[in-house]
Amino acid sequence: MQTSWPEKKNARAGHRAAEALLRHSRRWLLLLGLFALSVIMVGPIVWTISTSLRTPAASFSLPPKWLPTDMALENYAEVFARIPFWRQIFNSFFVTLSTVFGQLCTAALAGYAFARLDFPGKTLLFWLVMATLMIPLQATIIPVFVLISRIGLSDSLAALIVPALFTAFGTFLLRQYFMQAPKEFEEVALIDGANQWYIFSRVYLPLAAPGLAVLAVLAFNGTWNEFYRPLVFLITDANFTIPLGLNTLKGYMMTGSISVVLAGVSLSLIPVVLVYLFGQRYLIEGIMVGGLKG
Amino acid sequence: MQRAVTTRKRTSLAGWLTEPTLAGMRRRKALLGYLFVLPTILGILVFTAGPVLVSFGLSLYKWNVFRPPTFVGLENYTRLVSDTRVLVSFANSARFVILAIGLQIVFSLLLALALRQRMATWMRYYFRTTFLLPFLLSGAATGVVLSYLLHQEFGVVNYYLGLLGIPRIPWLTSSDVVLYTVVLAYLWQFVGFSLITMLGGLSNISSEVLDAAEVDGASGWNWLWQIVLPMLSPTLLFSAVIGVIGGLQIFDQPYVMTRGGPGDASRTAVMTLYEAAFKNQEIGYASSIAVILFVVILAITAFQFAMSKRWVFYQ
Repeated sequence: MQTSWPEKKNARAGHRAAEALLRHSRRWLLLLGLFALSVIMVGPIVWTISTSLRTPAASFSLPPKWLPTDMALENYAEVFARIPFWRQIFNSFFVTLSTVFGQLCTAALAGYAFARLDFPGKTLLFWLVMATLMIPLQATIIPVFVLISRIGLSDSLAALIVPALFTAFGTFLLRQYFMQAPKEFEEVALIDGANQWYIFSRVYLPLAAPGLAVLAVLAFNGTWNEFYRPLVFLITDANFTIPLGLNTLKGYMMTGSISVVLAGVSLSLIPVVLVYLFGQRYLIEGIMVGGLKG
Repeated sequence: MQRAVTTRKRTSLAGWLTEPTLAGMRRRKALLGYLFVLPTILGILVFTAGPVLVSFGLSLYKWNVFRPPTFVGLENYTRLVSDTRVLVSFANSARFVILAIGLQIVFSLLLALALRQRMATWMRYYFRTTFLLPFLLSGAATGVVLSYLLHQEFGVVNYYLGLLGIPRIPWLTSSDVVLYTVVLAYLWQFVGFSLITMLGGLSNISSEVLDAAEVDGASGWNWLWQIVLPMLSPTLLFSAVIGVIGGLQIFDQPYVMTRGGPGDASRTAVMTLYEAAFKNQEIGYASSIAVILFVVILAITAFQFAMSKRWVFYQ
């Protein structure tokens, strides 16, 4: 049977409506799925913070409560009573800030030299630095440990800082930023009578500021969260950094209250979350720049 | 006054460098170049390149710290291939890397494609931020938190699974399950990191190309295989290389969650190395494990780059 013209038109319109409906519902399903995943990503962190404010007796309560109930701030006091947490906070800041500052200095100098200065052997040296990017920490940790003990630095914060002051990745990263800066600025500065140091520190370094911010954020997160090297190099509680402190705290509290441990975890998150809030752009840029290298 | 006189008098070397000519400037820049790279080159020689060579050397010695080292040739390596604990830990690391890195790449790619869909800016921002959030935590903090959440009796995860009618899973206490738990923990923490990498890769592909192919009516599957994956292949290669290098060195999370247990079920290669070197003080033997790990990582990376000629396309 032949369908009449208006009927055909209706069918087509109906078809289009169905298609649109399908597209819409697919889009809503997708958003719903993404939202569910985001809950899985954030959930453990929310649970950590709200449980850290619960009395020990309520800390294992099921069904889980997602909002803080008791505001039991004594858990936070307990962290400081159980382990030398003030010291460990200081240690973490000291190690992290020294490492970040040191890496910014060495990598800015080397990155600038590789990007903008000419000297015999430059390419060879650059590839030497790049080749070390492939070397895993594990392949160097034992000799570095022996070296650190020989020069009397074991169980000290310097053992963490000194080997971390140099960075192949940071050198590569900042070289990219210095290469993007226009050459002409140097000529202008030379005409004004500037010397080479001035050209580096006053002309090109400010232009590489986003790169410095990227390296600072990445180095801050990496060092603040570092666990393996501190575990190897440090022995005494008072010299620990925060991740090691949390590990001990978890051991002490095996049968006790998890709220206290989670209070420690919550405190350890504050600096990285702050850095993330203010430097998210740079963190993301850093991960993306790393990806473009491939 | 004496000082002023000496600084004004220049030695010939200083004169050579301060010559106000182009050649003088080139020399000054070269000298500055060497000075600038000196800290990094020295630091890398002392703390990275040198130690690798020393590791190779140490692996030929028997050295228990308290006694002087004795040369034993390849003895550490022959011991290593018959040490079940070492073999098990390497096998665990291999299984972990294949599962974790494979899933990480697949999930982050799907997520990146999902985030390309039309949605409000704040939504995209919200998803990107929340997915990256676990990446901020230390491996230790992640290990602590997840080990509580995954507790078999009192854990939140099993509680919710129970509501769905799924019996309690022994996440951390069964040797059949624990390695998958470690993979899940890894994914939770690092999927956001590679999501950002994938988004970076996608943003490099002109959106006209992606959208045009979509409008041309290429089916979703063809679009993925013939447009997206080839164009994204450099990013995929990068994720695979970085993932394998990092994954073979995973330590923090499983160490805090399980200490390698139950039994040796979640013991990774790095954990065995750590125990041999820093618990049992067997420096030489541990160095041989380090050397094997290094060689394996190099070999896999080289293999990935060699294979990449077949499937990676640079624009």
